[in-house]
Amino acid sequence: MLNRTADNVARATPEPLAKKIRGISDKGLAWLFISPTILLLLAINIFPLFWAIYLSFTNFRANRPNEVVKNLGLANYQRILGDQDIWIAMQTTAHFVFWTILLQTLIGFTLAWLIDRKFRGHAFWTTIILVPMMLSPAVVGNFWRFLYEPQIGLFSYVISFVSGIPPTNVQMLSNVELAPWSIIIVDTWMWTPYVMLICLAGLRSIPEYIYEAAEVDRASNWRQFWSITLPMALPFIMLAVLFRGIENFKMFDMVNLLTGGGPGSTTEVASITLKRQAFESWRTGYSSAFAIILFVAVFGLANIYVKALNKVKQR
Amino acid sequence: MKSTLKMALGLASAIAASTAVTSAAHAEDLTLCWAAWDPANALVELSKDFTKETGIGMKFEFVPWTNYADRFLNELNSHGKLCDLIIGDSQWIGGAAENGHYVKLNDFFDKEKISMDDFVPATVVGYSEWPKNTPNYWALPAMGDVVGWTYRKDWFSRPELQKEFKEKYGWDLGPPTTFDQLKQIAEFFQKRQIDGKTVYGASIYTERGSEGITMGAMDVLYSYGFQYENPKKPYEMEGFVNSEKSVKGLEFYKALYDCCTPPGASNSYMGEGVDAFKSGQVAMHMNFAFTWPGLQKDENVGGDKIGYFVNPKGPDGDQFAQLGGQGISVVSYSDKQESALKYIKWFANKDVQAKWWSLGGYSCLNSVVKDPKFPSSQPYAQAFLDSMAIVKDFWAEPSYAPLLQASQKRFHDYVVAGQGSPKDALDGLVKDWTQVFQDDGKM
Repeated sequence: MLNRTADNVARATPEPLAKKIRGISDKGLAWLFISPTILLLLAINIFPLFWAIYLSFTNFRANRPNEVVKNLGLANYQRILGDQDIWIAMQTTAHFVFWTILLQTLIGFTLAWLIDRKFRGHAFWTTIILVPMMLSPAVVGNFWRFLYEPQIGLFSYVISFVSGIPPTNVQMLSNVELAPWSIIIVDTWMWTPYVMLICLAGLRSIPEYIYEAAEVDRASNWRQFWSITLPMALPFIMLAVLFRGIENFKMFDMVNLLTGGGPGSTTEVASITLKRQAFESWRTGYSSAFAIILFVAVFGLANIYVKALNKVKQR
Repeated sequence: MKSTLKMALGLASAIAASTAVTSAAHAEDLTLCWAAWDPANALVELSKDFTKETGIGMKFEFVPWTNYADRFLNELNSHGKLCDLIIGDSQWIGGAAENGHYVKLNDFFDKEKISMDDFVPATVVGYSEWPKNTPNYWALPAMGDVVGWTYRKDWFSRPELQKEFKEKYGWDLGPPTTFDQLKQIAEFFQKRQIDGKTVYGASIYTERGSEGITMGAMDVLYSYGFQYENPKKPYEMEGFVNSEKSVKGLEFYKALYDCCTPPGASNSYMGEGVDAFKSGQVAMHMNFAFTWPGLQKDENVGGDKIGYFVNPKGPDGDQFAQLGGQGISVVSYSDKQESALKYIKWFANKDVQAKWWSLGGYSCLNSVVKDPKFPSSQPYAQAFLDSMAIVKDFWAEPSYAPLLQASQKRFHDYVVAGQGSPKDALDGLVKDWTQVFQDDGKM
């Protein structure tokens, strides 16, 4: 039946076109299908990357297209690497990345481990835990800004209720000490479920017979956790760390919505500095150099990390 | 099959024809770009008269203040044709003139006998001229604006509060004329219970992202003796920007922020200020004058409950206020420049300007603001007039954006985050601004 339909289609196809199609090799046909994607990739990803590299050596400003563009050599890179504010922004970024990854991994793995126990209603609780991750960052940012509001915010009220400090003194977004933590809390709340999902996949991939063998050997629960669960889930945990690390290195939306980089420059992470330089101060060449430095840093660190991850997987 | 094809063709033709008719009917429509705020709504109302008179339709592209500069500077930089007319911020004038975004209006003004002498001088310098103080005009003053203050007249007039205040400070509670008095009043009201509610001293500008804290701090710094540069040597900032007087001004602004603002007001600008005042949180409120018509009409805090005062004097008696407001320009990339110029001519008309003021816009035309009836035309009219007489503006240089970002950072780091000293902040500002002018080849 299928052959007959194919014959009909072949007969209905105009001869020259059919010949043309028949004349293309498999490789040629593959290229034909892939080429639109490759062209798009070149236009949207590769060309802008090379263009940014070119601009990073110039004094180009997007708001002055008529000005003569001068080649500055490595001056933009030298200026960035010698700028104290940039280093402070990098430290702030590192602080966020470290604490968010640590908290999200610990809590995410713990939640995955608990959910994996398959207690009554575990599917329901899994869905509930996943809700924050499904919300838009814009919604989450505004939602938490209200929660943190010192006069009417629920968060301030709860802290006040527990600690006895007046709610108007719980100024999460205005206080220099608390503002970084306010963002870490929100990011952890939103993205821990993501880490949990990956860890859960890791835990569920461990064959049951290994635990049965351990039971036969009378290994304690603690021993089973350290010798079976953790090592076998480790590649998955490391994968979650990689994803969250890359995401949080370029964290922008949450910081922008909650504090805008303030108070002062306390929460000004690298992406906020980059945005200010590129789209507020219009230093296009300078900000391109900064973007390239960030790209190289993330790419380099991610590569080292992936090699470590592969080693863990091969064990 | 054939009939279906015919139907589809017929439908397509009908759609194409209707689109063509629509396009023809609106071929002369002008698009005016501005910020989305109350005066923009008044302008929509006002512009209906222009359409009646000329048959030229008006379309409006209004963008919230937070995205206003990003959106329209991108549009201008990319030579976009979206805006035929633009009401651009006063700081943009240098860049817009030098980069060819705006049409130079001198010949047009001469031809149509529109004289800049007919407008309030500060608005001509602030909104129209580049280079400053030269007769090169790139905009018609459109919306006069200045930072001033509103206060809770009803709270100030309570006998028990007046008595307590007099006993404590030795002078009558009323609109302050100096910054010291302003701080005393703010301290007096801070965390006071009024009608069973905790209230606070003052709402001031602290916003970090765009221009807020700069507009607020400058409002104080000018009257303390801050100067952008040596009047005899352009771009020489050392000893002027970071003078002792400037240091004291910035110190005062921080003290005012620390002592007398509502909790959590660390990122407050126009909208947040209006909210704080409208919700009855604060006794005094720093904001641009454009907010006053809306507040005057407010059921809870407007009417007899609200009063207005001019930015107070500094310790040496100097008194200045931060200029806001904008001029209206014809975009050089527009294909409808002739119609756009017609709009400018119409807008400059005396009767149109009078109606503009009555609708809630702030006219800059002398014949409107110097009319003997003007001060009594609105409760805030006199405060507006007095404020416009003492204005100063931020750098209108083509590089105003990095200059502004530097002051935003330095002021917020010190005032809100409490990092370093006021001298450190202003020394840092001199360093940043010097770098910007060096990059521009001006130093």
